[in-house]
Amino acid sequence: MRVMAQVAMVMNLDKCIGCHTCSVTCKQVWTNRPGLEYVYFNNVETKPGVGYPRRYEDQRQWRGGWKLDRKGRLTLKAGGRLRRLLQMYYNPDLPSIDDYGEPWTYDYRTVIDAPLGTVNPSAHSISTLTGEDMRIRWGSNFDDDLAGGPEHAPDDPDLEGLQERVRMEFEQVFMFYLPRICEHCLNPSCVASCPSGAMYKREEDGIVLVDQNRCRGWRFCVSGCPYKKVYFNYKTGKAEKCTFCFPRIESGQPTICSETCVGRLRYLGLLLYDADAVLAAASTPDPQDLYEAQLSVFLDPEDPHVRAEAARSGIADDWIEAARRSPVHALAVRHRVALPLHPEFRTLPMVWYIPPLSPVADVAHAEGYDPADPDRVFAAIDALRVPVEYLANLFTAGKAETVRLVLRRLAAVRAVMRDVQLGRDPGEEVPRSVGMSPDDIDDLYRLLAIAKYEDRYVIPQVHAEEAGALTAQHQQLFCSLDGEGGPGMGGQGYPPPAGRAAAGEPPMFQGQDGRLHANLLGWDGTGDPSRLFPDAQGEAT
Amino acid sequence: MNGVGATDIFWWVVLPYVAMTVFVVGHVWRWRYDRFGWDCYSTELLEHRLLKWGAPLFHYGAFAAILGHVMGVLVPISFTQALGIPEEVYRWFSAVGGALAAVVVVVGIAILASRRMLVSRVRATTAKIDYVALVLLLIIVITGVIPTIWLNLLGPGYNYRLTVAPWFRGLFTGSPDVEAMVSAPAVYQIHATAAWVLWAVWPFSRLVHAWSFPLWYLWRPFVVYRSRGIIMPPEPGTAGRRWRKIGGPA
Repeated sequence: MRVMAQVAMVMNLDKCIGCHTCSVTCKQVWTNRPGLEYVYFNNVETKPGVGYPRRYEDQRQWRGGWKLDRKGRLTLKAGGRLRRLLQMYYNPDLPSIDDYGEPWTYDYRTVIDAPLGTVNPSAHSISTLTGEDMRIRWGSNFDDDLAGGPEHAPDDPDLEGLQERVRMEFEQVFMFYLPRICEHCLNPSCVASCPSGAMYKREEDGIVLVDQNRCRGWRFCVSGCPYKKVYFNYKTGKAEKCTFCFPRIESGQPTICSETCVGRLRYLGLLLYDADAVLAAASTPDPQDLYEAQLSVFLDPEDPHVRAEAARSGIADDWIEAARRSPVHALAVRHRVALPLHPEFRTLPMVWYIPPLSPVADVAHAEGYDPADPDRVFAAIDALRVPVEYLANLFTAGKAETVRLVLRRLAAVRAVMRDVQLGRDPGEEVPRSVGMSPDDIDDLYRLLAIAKYEDRYVIPQVHAEEAGALTAQHQQLFCSLDGEGGPGMGGQGYPPPAGRAAAGEPPMFQGQDGRLHANLLGWDGTGDPSRLFPDAQGEAT
Repeated sequence: MNGVGATDIFWWVVLPYVAMTVFVVGHVWRWRYDRFGWDCYSTELLEHRLLKWGAPLFHYGAFAAILGHVMGVLVPISFTQALGIPEEVYRWFSAVGGALAAVVVVVGIAILASRRMLVSRVRATTAKIDYVALVLLLIIVITGVIPTIWLNLLGPGYNYRLTVAPWFRGLFTGSPDVEAMVSAPAVYQIHATAAWVLWAVWPFSRLVHAWSFPLWYLWRPFVVYRSRGIIMPPEPGTAGRRWRKIGGPA
């Protein structure tokens, strides 16, 4: 057993209102640069819809992710290593920038400089690639809120295999939002596709990154990722991707998309997993068993044996404790209400989704079921083939029972809490019908409905204690005496600390705020430190 | 050395050694100060229909041409004679093989050059040094194809292995045979000169990607794990240029 920790995310799709705040803040932080105008590390798609880039989920077209070869061994869908090297000069599976949408800006000057009295001056669109005039035909999220639905939505690869098409009539439409970031997979096919070895998965937290100084722009990661979440910066010639906001995560803060999420639908936490079990799980023969296989690689941090193994693998105590409090572990592993996106790609993705119950309830309502009655909603979940099978195509490789159980669990929470709210005895019948105890229902209710900031984001800080030593060593390369006024610069050396007091007393100095402060640097550490503490008037005695 | 003037010394001794020095020092400099810029600057994302044919044709044709140069220039004529290969057999082998490679390279570079100059999306991501390298490559290819096809395949033939090749090998042993090179036809002289200039331009252009061919990929593990490690602040003066300003509106 080789225990590794992974920072993972759960998104509760029921709460997503499709406001795109996550996309906007992510764009401002990470991709607000030339060469990345068309790139959204975080984007929100309307489902059913073609996605971004267009039809990225159809791996018969793009050949991203993994497949099993004839002997059942895991191999890249786009072909073996030699084939990669022979295709260096033309990657047949690379999306074109037109699949994402050619980036554009507007000729604002014609509007600003329009003489007074000009009737409706208009700014025309200019390609940011070439600076030439262009006609806008497609961009990320052009099918937002099913815009152009009857035309675009039927192209959604997830609708394949559904006999009845989702009805696009306004009243009966089945629709929800799917926010997407990089999945930071346990078995990342982008990393495996990178010929330069520039992409890597971090040992400490599982974040998948691109080493910008090693990337040579061979662009196989872009096509190798089945989620198309590695992008090509056409100005620098490098691959860039969602970093899981690692500088924030390292300091214990949530990613910017989570921090700014209006619906508070994102959860961040650790998962412990057995790295030695990953390959076998990803090689599970039946794609519909991949979800269960992925769950089997996770380790229960409540198990003392697991905790001991984790400590032996070098995972710090506070990280193991954080794994115990992880909301991601609770939602994905303990309560099993969060599902991975497209497990059939065999990358073992680590951004999990709680499938939306609301659109199902809405459709149930439109079909004449009473959404207030849990039995009716259960019946609706069982009867409504299209939404459930559509969700199954997204989250379980088409296994509808799994999605049905998750939706029934979510409906059970609502039913039980409605009874509690109305002062009725909820009983144990409903929880037991979905394989849960009343305590489980309560726990799930707290996680889904109440969870505060500290409960949603349980992120241990990075252990960088040894980094300071090396930084100091690095600074020694540049003599600290060479600073302005230092002896190395021909000065007289630094002045002694001002106001050196008698031994045993920390010296005092007047700060820029006009108050007296104790100078700990000049204190020999002996004697009474009482002068450290100012009196009630704010002056040191 | 009778009949060898200062100009000849410049073109056939000074220029090659200067180019070699710039080539070596330039690569060390580029690697140390601009590893971020060490890239192939692919434009496949922006245009792929022409690239699909142009890039593989050019690259695989160039590999064949390089192999041909190794056989014809680096391997001395005495070596093939010692193997018992008659001059006539060598000539026809090199002429036919060279002509095939030449056709592939010419078609490839024609597609790539026209794409780079005519497709506005591609033009917008092209730096000035890329145009310099492209023009040099065009000169080298044209002056390489002409003697291969017109002189050696269709014409009377010219045995460059008695003049150009000894001079080239002499550069590396410290005794270049300038007289031999002076006597070579002008088309060979232009070809060699443009090649030396290209070697000098090489480390400063996108051509550096040639040295990054990731053969290691064939046997490395699929998933690369790396420790977070210590991120060192950049040494003063090594930050280099980070973002190239190329094309497009600001």
